Formats: sequence, C-alpha cells, structure tokens
Amino acid sequence: MKEAKALIEQEYKYGFVTNVEADAIPPGLDEDVIRLISLKKKEPEFMLNWRLEAYQRWLKMQEPHWQNVSYPNIDFQDIIYYSAPKSKKDGPKSLDEVDKEILETYEKLGIPLDEQKRLAGVAVDAVFDSVSVGTTFKETLKKVGVIFCSFSEAVKEHPELVKKYLGTVVPYADNFYAALNSAVFSDGSFCYIPKGVRCPLELSTYFRINAQNTGQFERTLIVADEGSYVSYLEGCTAPIRDKNQLHAAVVELVAFKGAQIKYSTVQNWYAGDRNGKGGIYNFVTKRGKCAGERSKISWTQVETGSAITWKYPSVILQGDNTVGEFYSVALANNHQQADTGTKMIHIGKNTKSTIISKGISARFGKNTYRGLVRVQPGALNAKNYTQCDSLLIGDQCSANTFPYIEVQNRTASVEHEASTSKISEDQLFYAKQRGISGENAVSMIVNGFCKEVFKNLPMEFAVEAAKLLGVSLEGSVG
Amino acid sequence: MLQIKNLHVNVNGTEILRGIHLEIRGGEIHTIMGPNGSGKSTLARVLAGHPDYEVTEGEILFKGENLLELSPEKRARSGVFLAFQYPVEIPGVTNSYFLRAALNEIRASRGLEEMDASDFLAFLKEKMKLVEMDASFASRFVNDGFSGGEKKRNEVLQMLVLEPLLAVLDETDSGLDIDALKLVSRCTNLMRSKERAILLVTHYQRLLNYVQPDFVHVLMDGRIVKSGGRDLALKLEELGYEWMREPGSLKGA
Repeated sequence: MKEAKALIEQEYKYGFVTNVEADAIPPGLDEDVIRLISLKKKEPEFMLNWRLEAYQRWLKMQEPHWQNVSYPNIDFQDIIYYSAPKSKKDGPKSLDEVDKEILETYEKLGIPLDEQKRLAGVAVDAVFDSVSVGTTFKETLKKVGVIFCSFSEAVKEHPELVKKYLGTVVPYADNFYAALNSAVFSDGSFCYIPKGVRCPLELSTYFRINAQNTGQFERTLIVADEGSYVSYLEGCTAPIRDKNQLHAAVVELVAFKGAQIKYSTVQNWYAGDRNGKGGIYNFVTKRGKCAGERSKISWTQVETGSAITWKYPSVILQGDNTVGEFYSVALANNHQQADTGTKMIHIGKNTKSTIISKGISARFGKNTYRGLVRVQPGALNAKNYTQCDSLLIGDQCSANTFPYIEVQNRTASVEHEASTSKISEDQLFYAKQRGISGENAVSMIVNGFCKEVFKNLPMEFAVEAAKLLGVSLEGSVG
Repeated sequence: MLQIKNLHVNVNGTEILRGIHLEIRGGEIHTIMGPNGSGKSTLARVLAGHPDYEVTEGEILFKGENLLELSPEKRARSGVFLAFQYPVEIPGVTNSYFLRAALNEIRASRGLEEMDASDFLAFLKEKMKLVEMDASFASRFVNDGFSGGEKKRNEVLQMLVLEPLLAVLDETDSGLDIDALKLVSRCTNLMRSKERAILLVTHYQRLLNYVQPDFVHVLMDGRIVKSGGRDLALKLEELGYEWMREPGSLKGA
C-alpha cells in the first residue's frame, strides 16, 4: 500500500528528454521527403513505390472527423517526418554500438536493453523516434527460426516476407492515417513465427518519442505461420512537451491455420498536463486477420496515456472456427479524450468473438467506446459476446458507448451488455472511515473494475498496468 | 477518551445538533437513544468526519486531540470506527482485500509492519467465525449483493478486525432478527475492554437486553435531554419519548 501510495503521488515520470544529436529532415511532406526517407533507409524499390502510391492516395483523402473527440486542425506540413539519433556509423550493428545516452534512456524507462540485465523471458525491440535502436535476444530466437527485428531490417533482410504481407490486413487506402503512415513510416517491428513454433520468449517493442515536433509513424507486422504461437507486448512513452505530437501507427497481424497471436499494449504516451496542454495524438490502426481455420487473435490494451486516443484493434475472422478477442481498459483523466473499441468481422463458420471494454473517465475526461460486430452472410453459427462498462469519477467527465451490430446470418448469436457506474462519495467516505486514503480507495475500486482485462496480460505487465492506472489517476479525487 | 463540548452541526444550512455535551471514558459503553430525526446518526457521522456535516460551534477531543481537525482516514487510523447504518457496496473489491488494505494503512500509521496476505486471511477467518460468516464472504465483493443482515454482520466483522479505540455503532441492531441481534450483541461485548469506548446509537431498548450500557442518553431535537442508566431505556420503552419533551421546547422550530 505504501508503495502504491508513493506511486500515486508521483507525476508522469517518463517526461524527461534525452540529449542526443538527431539526424532529422526539415518539417513538411512531399514526394521528395518520402524519397529521402526511403533513401536514408536504403530501401528496395518496391518499398519506395508502395510509399509513393500510398502518398498519392493520401493526398486525395480527407482527414476524418467522425470521432467523438475534438482538437485543433493538424498542420501536416509542420511535422518532422524523420528523426533518428545520429550515429557515427551507418547504424548500430549490435547493442554495443548503440549510443550510451539512448541505452540510459531505456534503463530509466525500466527497459534495460543490456542483455546482462535483461527482463527474464522478454525479447525487446526498442524504437527511438523514427528508428529501431536495438533488438535483444536475436540469437536465442534465431535458433528456433523466429524472426524478430526492426521493420527497416526486415525490408532489407526479408524483403520477400515483407512484400508478401505488407498491407494485406491494413491496405494503405484503408483510412487517412493508415495512408499517411504507409507513405512515411520510419520503423517498427517485424516478427515471423515459423510453422509449429511456440515462440519461447515474450516479444516486446518499446516505443519512445524523444525529438520535438516529430511525428512517430511506426509499423508493426506479425505473421504467425500454421500452428505457431506468439505473445507480443508493446509499451510507449514520450517526454513532456507543451506542443501536441502526432503518433500514427499501423499494426498488422496475420494468423494462419491453428496459430495464435496474443498482442498486449500498455500505452502511456504523455497525456498533456492537468489543463490539457500538450500530449500525444495517438491515431492508430490495428487489425489482425485470422486467415486460417482455428486461428486466434487476442488484443489486450491498457490505454492510460495520450491527449487523444483513437484506435480500434480489430479482428477479421476469415477462417472457420476462428476466435477474436478484445480486452480493453481506457482511461481519460484531466482533459484526455479517448475514442476506442474494436471491430469483429465474422466471415468464417463457427467464428467466435469476445469484447470486454472498461472505460474510466475522471475530471474532464471524455471516454467513448465504439465497436462494430459484423456477421457476414456465410458466417454460420457466429457468436459474439460484448460487455462495455464505464466508470465515472467526479461529475464533469463523460462516457459514451456506440455499439454497431450488423447481422446478416440468422444463426448468429450476438450479446451486448453495458453498464455505467460511478465512484460515489459514499464509497470514498466508507473506505476512508476504514483508514484507507482516498487515492488508494480509488485505485482499489478502479483495479477491481479492470480485473477482467488485467488477467489477460502477462503477469508482470498486469502488475505494471495496475500501478500505472493508480499513477494516471493521481489528482482525480479531491 | 472522547469529549464532546457544545457541539453544533448544520446540514445544508439546517441546524441538526444544537449543543451536545458528552464524555465517554475508556471501558465505558454509552447508548444514544431518541426519536427519528433527533440527530442520533448525525452525531455518529460527525464523529467519523462525514463531509456533508458542518460543525458550526463546539469541539470534539479524542485522546486529548482535536478530532475535528483530522480527515476521516486519519480519524480511523487514530482509532475511530463507525459501523454504518447503511453499509456501502464496493463492487470489484473483495472483502478480504479491502479489510487488509484498511488494516495495513492503520498499522503503517502506527509504525507497525504490514500483515501479509496469508497471515491476514488466517486472522480474518478467525474473526469471521465469531460473526458466523461463511468463509466465502472473504472473497465476495464488499457488501455487494449482501442481505441487510449480512451487511450489518460485515460491519461488526470489520470492527473486530480493525480493533478500534472508539467504536460507534449506528443502528447496527436495526433490521436484525433475534439470533442476529444476539450475535451482534455478543461481539459487542467481546469488544468491551478498559482501553476501548463504545457508543451505541439505537432506536430500541431490546439491544440493551444483551449489551449492558453504563450510560443511556436521550437525544431530542439536537440536544441530550436526559441521561441515566439502563433503567432510563426501560422507561423509554414503556412511555415513549414525548413525556420528556419540555414545554415550549424546540419542537417544530
């Protein structure tokens, strides 16, 4: 309890800036900028062409405004699209060559990249601004045939795999931000799990935005071949800055016959200050495809950071007997706004999806669940269960639920349950009367509320997530 | 242990308590009785520090300290316990987690070590036996889906676990059948000790058949109009409260 209390009393502790010289290109976006990014990354031609096609498409698209969030217009010419920590050589060949300052940054964040101090059983790819600065445990993974590397490396080392799967789940024309990402994405992670392999380590990517006025556009692609299994985690932080920064990522997952992908996110981008100044705009497209029969994709997300979150990790249930899951905790405190949820697209027979969404709103926070369950004509005996719970702390915040259900097959069974509750003054007084501080009472109630989601996170991350929620709710009670 | 001097309390601008004087020493059991709306529960909640009540005059000393300056949680940590008239439900938080958190915060404030989960569970189960609660209640959410009687017993359980110096029971006997009443009484008697003061707020004399109070006070219109021993309670049961009302009293004021 003492520890939890100390945690609650601290401010956003990842808000520091690392002083490294950056190799950045000037703000603005045109074809030349895209060519320059591609050139800097020494990409094969197919990659450049794909980027340019995406860019042409993006130019014709309109910025979406249907989300239940509000923010001033983004000037896309005012963003730096590429920033990399400068290194003397072409790029670090191994972790020994990574800038000391950067290694220290990750230490501070609690993600030691030094394999001596490694996190037990977790392989980490660290993305710093626009580039990956290092991946741990490569050798261990190589032995079982698992490819886990930065996206840039995959483009060079495994172009056939990238070419085959890139854009197959989220095409560049999918939406405005996906198109933008496709045109300018700088790095991200790539994983390939071969047939029948159960990945021996948790794979993890740690995203860090450091430079100012920089957008982070990473791309993650995970391919789980037949009968394989992988658990993947991502974490995100950024320094405290007064100006809003854009983060527009794309994540694509492909699961073949009998494969299983478990994807967990603990998102803690800088959320802005108490008055809503600064913070990250987190506009992300995440989608998985259960391509083969009996495959399964689970998304678990704990979204505590960002000024604005706009994302819908989705599953396309294409194969028969496939399973899609979405477990989410989204917090909107202070002036944060979150519009998040999922899409479950049932195409195959006997497909099953589960959606558990827990939204927490505090102070002036605005939290929206938006979800789509679609059962297509051929999806015989599709089943969905959706549960959306909202928890309000205080009386100036809001919670909204927009469930869309489209059923085109009579054999489908779709269930939707929703609830809204409030942490009442009575509950707080009751807990205080027993000697429990207000902050601890809130974090206790909130953690109870989120239990169903946390239990889907790997153990140590569940503990982290619970602590993080406590910290993020700091100051939400008088 | 507890000294209340000339206590005046407002709720939403209306004066509910109009000058309470009361002193309770360690080892004593006091009972506050009175008709509906006389201010009994207000007194109980003011002692616990409920934010809706505004103390306009007077003071409360607890162990010589000004209680009114302490937040509700600090009062609890210094030994004030209120068994709620309407216990609050906290879905998602188990009884054992809640109580252990409470006990450990109280212990920490006194420089004692935390009790770990397994020691606590053993300790809790002992106490649960005393209130005849099934062990399954440890893992149920706080008061969530409990019957009225179960909630009251849960309050008594919390009192047994937290071992306060001043226990205020706000109508804990209301709505209990005779067996439950006996049980609550037995536990209250168990709590009786030289170091501890107990304040029972009740409507009914029947509780006093099982718990022997040292003093009975009658609260009417925000003042203690009469104090006495057990006999006073019996007389009240026979005659009601009206006989005590002074002519020209504040009724209807």
